[in-house]
Amino acid sequence: MSLLEEMNQKATKLGVPLSAHMDITWRCNERCVHCYLDHEGKGEMTTAEIKDILRQMAECGTFFLSISGGEPLLRRDCFEILEYARGLRLNVKLKTNAVMIGAKEAARIKELGLEMVQISLYSHLAEVHDGITKLPGSWRRTIAAIGRLKANGVKVSLTNVLMTQNSGHARAVKRLAEELEVGFVVDPTITPKLNGDRSILRLGITREEMEEIFHAEEFVGDVAEYCAPTGAVDDDVLDGYSCSAGHTLAYISPFAEVFPCVQFPMPCGSLRKQSFREIWWHSEALGQVRATRVRELHTCSSCTHVPYCSRCPGLAYMEGDFRGPSPQDCEKSFIRTGIPSAGQLAAKGRVPAVAGLIQIAGALPVAS
Amino acid sequence: MTMASAESYIAQSPDIACSTLGDDTIIMSTLDSTVFLLNQVGTAIWKAADGATSLARIVQEKVCTEFEVPEAQALADAEEFVAELAEHGILAVSPEPVPLKEVR
Repeated sequence: MSLLEEMNQKATKLGVPLSAHMDITWRCNERCVHCYLDHEGKGEMTTAEIKDILRQMAECGTFFLSISGGEPLLRRDCFEILEYARGLRLNVKLKTNAVMIGAKEAARIKELGLEMVQISLYSHLAEVHDGITKLPGSWRRTIAAIGRLKANGVKVSLTNVLMTQNSGHARAVKRLAEELEVGFVVDPTITPKLNGDRSILRLGITREEMEEIFHAEEFVGDVAEYCAPTGAVDDDVLDGYSCSAGHTLAYISPFAEVFPCVQFPMPCGSLRKQSFREIWWHSEALGQVRATRVRELHTCSSCTHVPYCSRCPGLAYMEGDFRGPSPQDCEKSFIRTGIPSAGQLAAKGRVPAVAGLIQIAGALPVAS
Repeated sequence: MTMASAESYIAQSPDIACSTLGDDTIIMSTLDSTVFLLNQVGTAIWKAADGATSLARIVQEKVCTEFEVPEAQALADAEEFVAELAEHGILAVSPEPVPLKEVR
């Protein structure tokens, strides 16, 4: 077991919110075509509210903190917030498009000792990146900022979200990341807007394009292991949880609302009405999330993919039932292994009577 | 390897992130991103690392009184522990008492 796994296991057992993601604004200077947020700024937390919430979370045991947005640097108090979080000795990651990071900001980020700056970069080609962000010159400014951060010794990682506009660019972006000596993460999933609007899902890459990513060693490591059909569905798996959302992870919106995760828009409480501790320990919604072990998932508990599935309860929630399957993760499991999931079979009206065997027998009809 | 002895003074560096997890302490160096999960004994030493108390006194007062361990062994283990954290910039080690604000 890795140290991180040990920490997570212990935090789960103790009910500690080890990780927090706080969007300090949803306003943004870019208008990315696939963005799942609206850009409303009215009612944002004040500086004092943010500091108070960070203090409360630190007192509850939060260690990992992601400060994100929108574009967090649009807030004039962003560095004040970062400094306060570091003063609480939190491990802070800043998620940004970096276009506002000049020499002064890069030096300040280094001085504050942030763990990492995570930057969205959509393509190695400026015109493609700018076409996605809808901000002319954004690629050039982002690349320049990466250089400034690196010159200051700040750890940087690029996130490359794939969609129809930049399909097939992941390898070139990875090469660019290597040239820039920064980290690289590819994300092939477009998610619905938090307000339920699903129209942006049409931007998602095709099954074939995703298959190419999932079967490439440079993206997934050991392909045979990554695409291995199934693992044993034993009690350890069935007594486990889908992910850390609501267990050791909390999301705070710019409007002081608590959710299990940024991709899990189940309201858990308002920090303008209750303390973080009260919400974390007594929210009915969080109680439901924590009470739901894999064996309680009505379709996924009988799925052969369940040991290795990346099932996102937030995406399932946006489908109408957080205990149900997430079609996007069903699709990923199918693309990895060639075996349809229980969720896919159920959607086709073919309920697997025996976990595993029926799914394998029914592999072909699922492909659309 | 940074050397630490019974007479050394140890102080928490500002170049860290840390939090309590039950009886343990999570510490990460922001200089090299190394993460440590300190057990109760490590946590006791960490909490006492104020730059004004010698390692020998920390071991006597915070380790040997709380945990069943011979002093000589506790001190040897503490010296090794401190050296490892100091190697990652998590603890500053000094032959003299160090005001906390001077720790960098």
